Parts: sequence; C-alpha cells; structure tokens
Amino acid sequence: MKRQGIAEALRDGIAEEMTRDPAVFCIGEDIGVPGGWGGAFTVTLGLAEKFPGRIIDTPIAELGFTGMAVGAAMMGMRPIADMQYGDFLFLASDQLINNAAKMRYMSGGTVKVPMVMRAPIGATGRGSQHAQSMERYFTGVPGLKVVAVSNAYDAKGILKAAVRDDNPVMIFEHKLLYGSKGARAEPGAVDATSEIPDADYTVPLDQAAVRREGQHVTILGWLLMTHYAMAAATILAAEGIEAEVIDVRSLSPIDYATIGASLRKTGRVVIVEEGPKTGGVSAEIAAGIMEHCADSLMAPVVRVASPDVPVPFTPILENAYRPDVSRIVEAARRLAQT
Amino acid sequence: MKTDRAFHLKLYEQLVLIREFEERVKFLFLEGTMPGTIHQCQGQEATAVGVCAALRPDDFITSTFRGHGHALAKGLSVQEMLDELFGATTGCCKGKGGSMHMGNMDKGMVPGIAIVAGGIPLAAGMALAFKLQRRPQVVACFFGDGAVAEGAFHEGVNMAAIWDLPVILVCENNLYGASTRIDKVMKNPRVSDRAASYGFRGETVDGNDVLAVYAAAQRAAEECRAGKGPVLLELLTYRRTGHSRRDACHYQAKDEREAWFARDPIERFAVQLLDRGDVSQADLDAIKADVDRQITAGVENAKRAPQPTLADLTTDVFA
Ligand SMILES: Cc1ncc(C[n+]2csc(CCOP(=O)(O)OP(=O)(O)O)c2C)c(N)n1
Ligand SMILES: [Mg+2]
Repeated sequence: MKRQGIAEALRDGIAEEMTRDPAVFCIGEDIGVPGGWGGAFTVTLGLAEKFPGRIIDTPIAELGFTGMAVGAAMMGMRPIADMQYGDFLFLASDQLINNAAKMRYMSGGTVKVPMVMRAPIGATGRGSQHAQSMERYFTGVPGLKVVAVSNAYDAKGILKAAVRDDNPVMIFEHKLLYGSKGARAEPGAVDATSEIPDADYTVPLDQAAVRREGQHVTILGWLLMTHYAMAAATILAAEGIEAEVIDVRSLSPIDYATIGASLRKTGRVVIVEEGPKTGGVSAEIAAGIMEHCADSLMAPVVRVASPDVPVPFTPILENAYRPDVSRIVEAARRLAQT
Repeated sequence: MKTDRAFHLKLYEQLVLIREFEERVKFLFLEGTMPGTIHQCQGQEATAVGVCAALRPDDFITSTFRGHGHALAKGLSVQEMLDELFGATTGCCKGKGGSMHMGNMDKGMVPGIAIVAGGIPLAAGMALAFKLQRRPQVVACFFGDGAVAEGAFHEGVNMAAIWDLPVILVCENNLYGASTRIDKVMKNPRVSDRAASYGFRGETVDGNDVLAVYAAAQRAAEECRAGKGPVLLELLTYRRTGHSRRDACHYQAKDEREAWFARDPIERFAVQLLDRGDVSQADLDAIKADVDRQITAGVENAKRAPQPTLADLTTDVFA
C-alpha cells in the first residue's frame, strides 16, 4: 500500500501496463521531452527514460496524432493518447468520432480499436479555451466508452481496465485533482489521493461508486463535483439530512443499477455537473432516471450545473460559474424538505 | 521607409514597454496577487514591434496565448491590459478573456486565440472579407513554429494563397513549441519554405532585429495591399522565459540560451541607436524610467479597478 495522487497513480498504471504488454505505448505533445514536463500535468514524467521509443512526442497536431493512435490500434498496438487540455479534443474529434467509434460497426465487427484517450478538463483560471467540461461531447457517441476519474485508486484501476479493453475508451481527468501539494499544484486543487494497493487491480469501466451512504437524498456527481458533493454531504449531515453521494464515474454507459438502488432508498436526486446545463451529461442522466427508476422518485429531479455561458476568466465569475458546495447544499436541502 | 530619430525612439520605447510589462506581470504572478496563468514574450519583443509598426491603425492582427507583446505593439493601453489581467470590468475584455485572450477590436486586435493555429483560418477569413468589401486593410496573423504542424495552418494558408488574400502570416519561430524543439517535429525546419509549396512568397528574417522585421513587414504589407498576398514571414527569435508560468525551461540547452541571450533584441537595438550619434544613453534611460512609471501607475490602478458582479456572468453571450 502507498498513498498517491492521481498523477502518480496514472503514471504507475501506465508504466505497469507498458511493462506487461509491449503493444502499449503513449503518444501526445510534450509527454517525454528530456528536461520537460511529462505532459502538461506530469503524468508521464520519467517514463521516456524507462521505456525508450515508447513515449512518443508529437508535433502539435491533435487530429494527426489521434488518427495515428486509431490506426496503430487497428494494427494491434494499444496506444494511450494524451490530450494536453480536453478543449483540444475538438480538433481530434473527427478521428475519435468518425473513425475510432464507428470502425467496429462499419466493418461488421471485424476491426478492433483498443485505444485510450486521456484528457484533463475543468475551469481553472485559464479562460474560455482551456476550461471546458468536454465529457458531454462524447457521451452520446455510440462506440465510445467514456469514464471520469475522481481519485487516485480509480484513476489507476480505470486506466488499466481501459488499456486492456478492446474498444476506444476516453478517460476524463480534472486539473484540480492531479495533486493538491507540490510545485505544480493548482490554486483550488483538491486532495484526491488514495491508498494504492501493491498488487495489480482494475476498476470496471461501467460502474458507478457509492462514496457515502444516506437515506434522505442522492447526490450524483463526477470528477471535481464528487468532492464538492462529499463536502456538501458533511454540511447536510450536521443539519440532519443524510445524503448518499454517488460518483457516476462511468459516463457512457451510465450505471442505472447503482443509481436506481440509491433512488429506491432516497426517492430524491440532485445531479451536479461542472459545465453548462443545457445538453450536459446531467440531462442524459435525468432522462435515464425517468426511464429506469421513475417509480422511485418522490420529487422531480434537480440539477446543479453551470450557466449556459463560456467559462469566464475573472476569478469572481469563474467561481460563480462552477457549481460549488453551497449551491449543492442548498439544492439538496430544498429537495430533502419537499 | 521611416528612418528618423523619433521613429526609432518610438520603436525602442515599445520594446522596453513590452519587456518591462512582462517582467512586472511575472513579478505579480510570483507574488501571488495576479490570478490565472501567463505565457510571456520576453526576448521576442522585436517581432511584435516590428510587424505592428508596419501596419496602419485600421489593419488587424490576430494573436495567440502569448499575446501581451502583440497587444502593446498594436496600441492597447497598459491600463486596459493590466485591468484585464486582474479580472476587472475595465479590462479590454471586461475580465472575461484574461491573459490568453487579450484584444481590442477598436484597436485592430482580435482577442487572442489560445488554440494553436486557430487564428490562421480566421485571419484568412478576415482578409477574405477585406477583399470582398474592397477595403485596403491587411491582417497580420501571429503564430508560433508549433502551429505549422496543425491542419488549420495548411488549410488556412492554402486558401489565403489561392485567393491572393491580404494576410501577412507571421511565424514567430522561437525554436520551441512548448517544451518540444522544432528539429524533433519538422523534417525541414525552415518554416518560410512552406510558402513556396503553396505558391506564394516566404522569407526568413532575424526576428531579434526590430528594423529588419519592420522592413520585411512593410514589404509584405505593400504586397498584400496591392493584391499580391499572402506573404509568410518567419521571424527567428527566442523565448527568454518559461513557456508558461511554472516552466523552468530545463529542455533549453545552456549554450543555446546563452547564444540567444547575447542577441537580445532590446540590447542590440540600443547599441544601434547609440551608434547613430544623435541618441544618448540618457535618452534611453529616460524612456525606461517613463515606462516604469507608466506600469507602476497602471498596476496601482488595476488593483483598485472594479471587479465584475454576478450579473456580468450571463451577459455578452449573444450579440
Ligand atoms: C490546439 C492546441 N494544442 C495544444 C495547445 C497547448 N499549447 C499551448 S502553447 C503550445 C506550444 C505552442 O508553440 P508555438 O506555436 O511554437 O508557440 P510559442 O509557445 O513558442 O509561442 C502548446 C502545445 C494549444 N493551446 N492548442
Ligand atoms: Mg514556438
């Protein structure tokens, strides 16, 4: 057992998978440059020395290197692609959505695309183009698996499961969760460290996780919002409201078994999403709840999300943009009292 | 070509203004009073100053995440920029843009585009509008060596070429895209050669020589205005500071850094000016002192500038 943050846990997970399977390699911008950073958030730091030739630094060419990952995967490799900021996925999305996601189906089940795309998201003081919550754009794409990791244990286990999966898997990470200490910690970073077992393990790509049990109201979140939901639950508990917090974690497919079991207990649900409300993943979850477990609902679904605006730079507005603990507490409290 | 003393001193002032602005901003970040992240241009001042000196006030520029120098050279005020960096409503983008999206349309600068190469097709489109509207303006599109690998570069440049659009493609080749040296990502590292493959003129210029940049930009602007655009200018330069706030530049070789530091655009121009005979060290010192005063006053004002209220969050989304 050792305590690790998400960046280190991902790094170890990648290294272990690369050791286990020579088909695994990493591709992306600034991921293995000597004297460099190991990617924008240090995830691949030191791996280039350990695995010569298998940490491939590319030109700034997202469409290109993503397409190369797809092609290499089709020929039997298992690439882990690194998108420096999730926002640049828009450039890569043609290769992901038109090629990676559809290749299996279009080929009548004859082609495999076992690739992983990792991408950090989140509003972090960088302005509108380095901030977006990108998971929403990929959750509705048939043929893609989409997961979001909120702690180091999951990050490592999900990374390993994704590498071993025979389909394209997108892993979303949050800039404020890579590490809350040290030189590269961001203002506003949250502690997402976990005890990491020494033995090999994986975390399934299609399961939500109950982070806290409660019987009055269910709060669903992912990435940073899981942490805010947990903080909200602590405040609510002091008022006598017991919230059950679920880390949705698997955004495509969504685990309605776990969500439904919780709703049968609480009958009430708040879905928290960083990112604009309209067209978000929370909309899909709300619709899914109506289809899968409407019978359990004792009150309408409530959403806490960002307003329908681009992410503003100025801290006052950025903080107002991103759902925070107090907005979650307020929503859950009101719901619990209905 | 303007070669008078006043013009040269103006160029010098702009170079110093950009350097001192960036140094002060760096200090404010390290001190922790300024929010966000920054990409700075110390060492590259002559590219912005030389190109913008060749433009008219109603010409446009597009910029990148590394846009402070471009903005100052295009005439944005120290105050509106510092206010923006402090997130104030009096900033050039009302605090909504921040460091990476600095701009002011009234002064001919589109808010910086922080997606590498994202400004290239956009600049070509602006130039297309000028052509369709028979307006005599040109667009100078700033981008880095890193942008040359993006599809957007090739798509935008090709269309600018086939329609002879009035766009000056200004590649600030500082040898690195983030931490990656150009020789690792370009088989032919001479960026200006790209122009020939699209059928127009490209030229490599010493980007740390402000007068050479100015002359090249003037030629390019004239050609563009005569309907003979686009032109690709590759300006060789070097970033003296980190890629962004927390970068210690360990990937830059020591001898390379030293060689480029010895070719600092401001020191070189100072020597040139002093050699003229009609400029004294006292003249240069006075410029520096004046710039420092301007920035100090700007910082004081920016720290007290009005911050947005929650009502501002949802404004400006639609026209
Ligand atoms: C499409 C896209 N990919 C990656 C990035 C991350 N990024 C920001 S700056 C940069 C390097 C850009 O290099 P260059 O174009 O040479 O400009 P310089 O930083 O040297 O001014 C990278 C990779 C980005 N902003 N946009
Ligand atoms: Mg560069």
